[in-house]
Amino acid sequence: MRKLLATTALLAAMAGAPALAQDYTPDPNAKEGGSITITYKDDVATLDPAIGYDWQNWSMIKSIFDGLMDYVPGTTDLRPGLAESYEISDDGMTYTFKLRPGVKFHNGREMTAEDVKYSLNRVTNPTTQSPGAGFFGAIEGYDAMADGSATELSGVSTPGESTVVIKLSRPDATFLHVMALNFASVVPQEAVEAAGADFGKQPVGTGAFKLAEWTIGQRLVFEKNADYWREGIPYLDQITFEVGQEPIVALLRLQNGEVDVPGDGIPPAKFVEVMNDPEQAARVVEGGQLHTGYITMNVTMPPFDDVKVRKAVNMAINKERIIQIINGRAVPATQPLPPSMPGYTEGYEGYKYDVEGAKALLAEAGHPDGFETELFVMNTDPNPRIAQAIQQDLSQIGIKASIQSLAQANVIAAGGEKDQAPMIWSGGMAWIADFPDASNFYGPILGCAGAVQGGWNWSWYCNEELDKEAAEADSMADPAQKDARLAKWSDVYMKIMEDAPWVPVFNEQRYTMKSARMGGDDALYVDPVSIPVNYDYVYVTE
Amino acid sequence: MAAYLVRRLLVSLLILLGVSFITFVLLYALPADPVRQIAGRSATAQTVENIRAQLGLDQPLMVQYWRYLTGLVQGDLGRSYLQRSEVSELIAARLPATLLLMAGAIGCELILGLTMGIVAALKRGSATDNTLMIASFVGVSAPQFVVGLLLLYVFAVQLKWFPIGGYGTLAHLVLPSVTLGIMGSGWYSRMMRSSMVDVLRADYIRTARAKGLTRARVILRHALPNAILPIIAMIGIDIGIFMGGIVVVESVFGWPGIGQLAWQAIQRVDIPIIMGVTLVSACAIVLGNLLADLVTPFIDPRIRLR
Repeated sequence: MRKLLATTALLAAMAGAPALAQDYTPDPNAKEGGSITITYKDDVATLDPAIGYDWQNWSMIKSIFDGLMDYVPGTTDLRPGLAESYEISDDGMTYTFKLRPGVKFHNGREMTAEDVKYSLNRVTNPTTQSPGAGFFGAIEGYDAMADGSATELSGVSTPGESTVVIKLSRPDATFLHVMALNFASVVPQEAVEAAGADFGKQPVGTGAFKLAEWTIGQRLVFEKNADYWREGIPYLDQITFEVGQEPIVALLRLQNGEVDVPGDGIPPAKFVEVMNDPEQAARVVEGGQLHTGYITMNVTMPPFDDVKVRKAVNMAINKERIIQIINGRAVPATQPLPPSMPGYTEGYEGYKYDVEGAKALLAEAGHPDGFETELFVMNTDPNPRIAQAIQQDLSQIGIKASIQSLAQANVIAAGGEKDQAPMIWSGGMAWIADFPDASNFYGPILGCAGAVQGGWNWSWYCNEELDKEAAEADSMADPAQKDARLAKWSDVYMKIMEDAPWVPVFNEQRYTMKSARMGGDDALYVDPVSIPVNYDYVYVTE
Repeated sequence: MAAYLVRRLLVSLLILLGVSFITFVLLYALPADPVRQIAGRSATAQTVENIRAQLGLDQPLMVQYWRYLTGLVQGDLGRSYLQRSEVSELIAARLPATLLLMAGAIGCELILGLTMGIVAALKRGSATDNTLMIASFVGVSAPQFVVGLLLLYVFAVQLKWFPIGGYGTLAHLVLPSVTLGIMGSGWYSRMMRSSMVDVLRADYIRTARAKGLTRARVILRHALPNAILPIIAMIGIDIGIFMGGIVVVESVFGWPGIGQLAWQAIQRVDIPIIMGVTLVSACAIVLGNLLADLVTPFIDPRIRLR
């Protein structure tokens, strides 16, 4: 066994010097106290970390709960959370986590290894109906949990009060990221059982904030957890989340000084107006996000079963023009991975916009006059407008695509059927990574596992050799192999581009706004993990 | 009267049963799969089937409908797929806000509509009459979404007389009530005008005048109580009209009522919530119509219920 990482405190103690390595440099200007108001359009569904999986509750849950692993605020770098340190066995199959002592739940009880075990059993138990259960598939005993024949993961054991050992059934290089997901948050058994089905409304965690008030359909109030185990965090005393506010109304209220952060961002219709006003533009924060917008082509439906046709479509799409439709809030995509994702292939230019070349390729494939097809799209702005641009681009090379503009759930359902949607524009349903790792853009959306009825691989592309290569990459769990692993992933995505099941169109940038009194690094407002805002580290200046 | 009431209640129950059946069948015919939404994008086929069985969604449609009905008679509207809470709790938490908004809208209709109608009737044929009737026409035909945003922009953002959306104080109630009630005000002013014009022509008004009563007294004590009768019965029917409007108005103003709940549920295809709100609205409409019919004989003894 090798010791791979110790916390700053441990390192400092070993070196006999205070605070040598810092994972995060606290903001010297940060002020304690104050309260802020955040708005969201949609109601908050649940704060149960095993269940919550949407835009509003993702970062709220991050602030109420902690997992064994965490990220350095504003970045995609892992750091220990409730685990003080961890060890990985040489074969990459056993993870031993040493828990931080003295961490208390909001109910005052100290967190122990048993709680970690309970939480993992709970999230993988099918009766919990967790949308994140599948992430834990590498833990030994997962399959028995999934089919209901076991109620405990055989791979999770607790040799001591503060030690958790997790055995895997296959090496998984992403396992530490999985342990940083909200779904891996540690919850206290007694509180879960006392609340029953309503734990999501009465959450108890170890996080920086605790839930103080929840008036359904109106507001949630978070209060500072004064006993939080991270020294000096959080800065704010209170956060009020007002729900049911249209983005356009939220922006008016922000301009009026009533709101500090509009959680749904700047509404597209107001974007130009805001950016043209220097006073407002100065408070806009821009950041990359782990997102790719793409067009899928169903490789099982002719004529998209011909790679030449798929390449021709790739060459026919004018990505720059599509980006203009969303006011330039994106960069053109060349490959499935977004540029800020480790494993992104630098220097690869993708298929260049070339109408004549596309026409020639289409003729070569036996469709000199094009063909008729359907393009499925989600029916909220700006997606239908983007679909129209795609339609025009396709008509340039003779492809007549009719647009099927449907509700989100209906597009997802059509994509999950093998013979329904020849083409889908992914906008509004596009893949945003669950965790910052190259593998997250493969399995469910480009691998064979997702090419099943009801799956998310809407191009139905299944290349078993690539599946093998992906599995090899993910078994390279030794950090020393990190670069080799990323190179392998880069290779996988390049081979996918050869087969062209997608047209990668753009990587959306996130734009958000804050009130003049909000302080803290801009990166916290476009945090790639605590989406949309890292509430624990922001503060008010007045 | 009692027999009439029993018959009407039975018919109402049948209507509600019909509404529940049609809504249920339509919602389950949607191509969206709620189990996939619950299970998430990383779920295996087995997990999906497990959840489907737990929710009873693997059963035939009629079995599912029967289960829903048996729950319904016990007051159980089911559990939301995405919010993971009891639908009845979600609706109960939001119903007071919607009722308050409706009360506000009825108030707005009466104050605005009746005043406009009375003034127009008294100044019949004048420029004032024409202006008011054009205004009422605009009120009837203006889309609520536009009216709402316009009022919000002028009175909340520019003039700062009212808060920009939200819920809590009387000031919060004004703009959404006006937006929801403005259409009804238009109707009411037209009805009030014609009703008032009719009454003013009636013999007993001429008699009152002939007795030497003042003009104000004739209008307020003799004409108004008679002219207003047909409008009272309208209020019950309004409830049904409001049900459509609250979805828009509550969304624009961030009003935490059941219209907003319905709108969010429709966007996410949260079937149990859509079902629940539809049934509650249907109940309100049926009750509103029943009330309208029941009060009519008290207002106008010439009408008898049989």
